[in-house]
Amino acid sequence: MKKVFQKPESLTDAKNHYCPGCSHGIIHRLVAECMDEMNIREKTIGVCPVGCSVLAYDYFNCDMLEAAHGRAPAIATAIKRLLPDRFLFTYQGDGDLASIGMAEIVHASARGEKITVIFVNNTLYGMTGGQMAPTTLLGQVTTTSPYGRKAENEGYPMKMAELLSSNEGSAYICRTAVNNPANINRTKRAIKKALQVQEKGLGFSMVEVLSACPTNWGLSPLDGMKWIEDNMIPYYPLGEFKVKEEQ
Amino acid sequence: MERVLMKGNEALAEGAILAGCRGFFGYPITPSSEIAEYMARKMPKIGGVFVQAESELAAINMVYGGASTGARVMTASSSPGLSLKQEGISFIAEAELPCLIVNISRGGPGLGGIQPAQSDYFQATRGGGHGDYHTIVLAPSGSQEMMDFAMEAFELADKYRIPVMIMAEGTLGNIMEPIIMREPVSKFIEKPWATTGCKDRKPNIVNTLHLGNEELENRNHQLFNKYQIINENEKRADTFLVEDAELVVVAFGIMSRIVKKAVVEARKQGVKAGLVRPVTLWPFPDEHIRTAAKNARLFLSVEISMGQMIQDIQLALAGSVPVEFYGRIGFTPNPEEILQEILRLAEREGL
Repeated sequence: MKKVFQKPESLTDAKNHYCPGCSHGIIHRLVAECMDEMNIREKTIGVCPVGCSVLAYDYFNCDMLEAAHGRAPAIATAIKRLLPDRFLFTYQGDGDLASIGMAEIVHASARGEKITVIFVNNTLYGMTGGQMAPTTLLGQVTTTSPYGRKAENEGYPMKMAELLSSNEGSAYICRTAVNNPANINRTKRAIKKALQVQEKGLGFSMVEVLSACPTNWGLSPLDGMKWIEDNMIPYYPLGEFKVKEEQ
Repeated sequence: MERVLMKGNEALAEGAILAGCRGFFGYPITPSSEIAEYMARKMPKIGGVFVQAESELAAINMVYGGASTGARVMTASSSPGLSLKQEGISFIAEAELPCLIVNISRGGPGLGGIQPAQSDYFQATRGGGHGDYHTIVLAPSGSQEMMDFAMEAFELADKYRIPVMIMAEGTLGNIMEPIIMREPVSKFIEKPWATTGCKDRKPNIVNTLHLGNEELENRNHQLFNKYQIINENEKRADTFLVEDAELVVVAFGIMSRIVKKAVVEARKQGVKAGLVRPVTLWPFPDEHIRTAAKNARLFLSVEISMGQMIQDIQLALAGSVPVEFYGRIGFTPNPEEILQEILRLAEREGL
C-alpha cells in the first residue's frame, strides 16, 4: 500500500499546546515538510521567540534555541556567520518581530543575513492574552485597545513585508496566508523558496504568514479563517514583494 | 619572548585572539572602541567573524548565538552599554553559554562621563540583570593582565560554562605598557551541547524557559551548585605587606597600583599599612581579607566610586574590624591623597 501522508521527520512526537484553530500547528508542519523535502534537518538550526511559539523547540526535531523577546535575528546572525553552511531559521510572532524586535529584524535584513524568517502575523500578542500589536488592524478591539485601534492614538498597522522589501539586503520577501488549502500550499512554496534563497546565499529571506488567533479574536476556528479573508488580506495584500535573482 | 608596547584595549583584544576567540560582536562606545576596531582589522584575516551590531542588545544576543555554536566569542563595551546588555547576560548565564564580556568602565549614573570609574562593581558582581545568577568577574591592573586575563577568561568560561566578565577602568584600556606576547592556545575542550546541526546525534536545545515550579527551582539549584564550586576554587587576590599590617587597604584594578605606592610611603613614615588587591571581584576573595585582618585594627576600601566593594569587605569581616572608605568619582585618587588618608586614619586610631 502506498503511504500518502505521514508526520514529517522534522517534527518531534510532542503534543503541541496550541489552541483549537490556531495556525501555528499548520505553519510548524509546513516548515518541517520543507526541511524534510530539502533533506536539511540535520543541518538546520532554528531560533524560536517569546510568544505563543516559545515552546517551538519542543516541536521541531532539529537543533533549536530559545531567544529573548525580539532578539532571534541577532542570535541567528551570529550562528550563520560562524557556521555558514548550516540553515538558520527564526520563527517569530508580530509582537516579537514588529515591536520589541524591530531593530534586530530591520538590521538583519539590511545586512543581508543569509537566514530565513518565518513571521507569524495574527494581529496581536497571543500568549499574554490578546493585547494590541503593531499589526493590530484599525478598529480592532484588543485588551489594550478596548475601544478599537484608532489611528490618531495608536497609529497605523505596520506592513513588515513591504518595509523589509525596501532593504537591499532582502533577497526574498513574501506574504502568504493559511486560511484555506490553496493559500496553505502557497505558503509552503514560499517557505521552500526562502530556504532555497538561503541555500544559494542570495541574502535575507522572510515569509510573513497571516494566521488566525480565534481564542483572542473571540471567534470559532472556522470564523477565524474567514476573519483572515475578510479583514487581514484586504490590508495585508498577499504576494511576493522582493525576489532577488541569482547573478 | 617578544616584548611589545600595546594599548590595554589592544592587548586585551590580542589576548582574546590568542585564546582562540573567533567571533566579536560589538557596538561603539568610549572608552572601549579600540577593542572593536582591533577586532575589525584582525578577524577577517584569521577566519574569524566581526559584526558591528545595531545595538548593545543585538551585540549581546549575537554573543548568545555565537557561543551556542561552541565557538569562543566575545563582546566589549563600556558602562552605559553594559546596562543595555544585562537582559542578554541573564539569558547567557542561565543557558550556561561560555563567553567573554568586557566592561572598559566609566563614570555614571546615566550618561555620566568618560572618566575611568569602578562604579559598575555592584552591577558586575551581583549579576546585573534579572534573576539569580553570577558571572565570574576579573579585574586586571595593567596591559599585561589585559592580555593574560582575556586568555584566562576563556578558559574559565569553557571550564564552568559561564559568562566571564573583565572589568577594567577606562585608564587600563587606554594606557600603553610593554607586555610579553603569549603563545596561542591550541587545546580546547569539547562542547557536545553546542547547537551546530544534529547530524549523528539527538537535537541540542539552548533554552532558558522553565515553566514548572520544581523545574525552575531545580534549575536555580543547579546553577548555584556550580557557583559554589567556583566560589571554592577560583577566588584570587594579591596581597602586599599584610602579615603585620595594622591598617589594610583594599583596592582593585588600576587603583591597586596607585594604592601600593601610598602603602610603601606610609610604611616609610612608620604606619604598618598593607594592601589586598582582589583579582576576582566575583567570587570575592573574602578569605584573603580575613587572613589580612589578623593584626589589623582598621580596613580602608579605596574605590573610584561612592563605595561599593566596601560592602563585600564588611561581609567578609562580619563586624570584626571596622572598614573606612575613601573614593572619588570623576577623578582617580592619586597616591598622595591616599597617603594623607592613611596617615589621617592612623593618627586617629593611634597606629
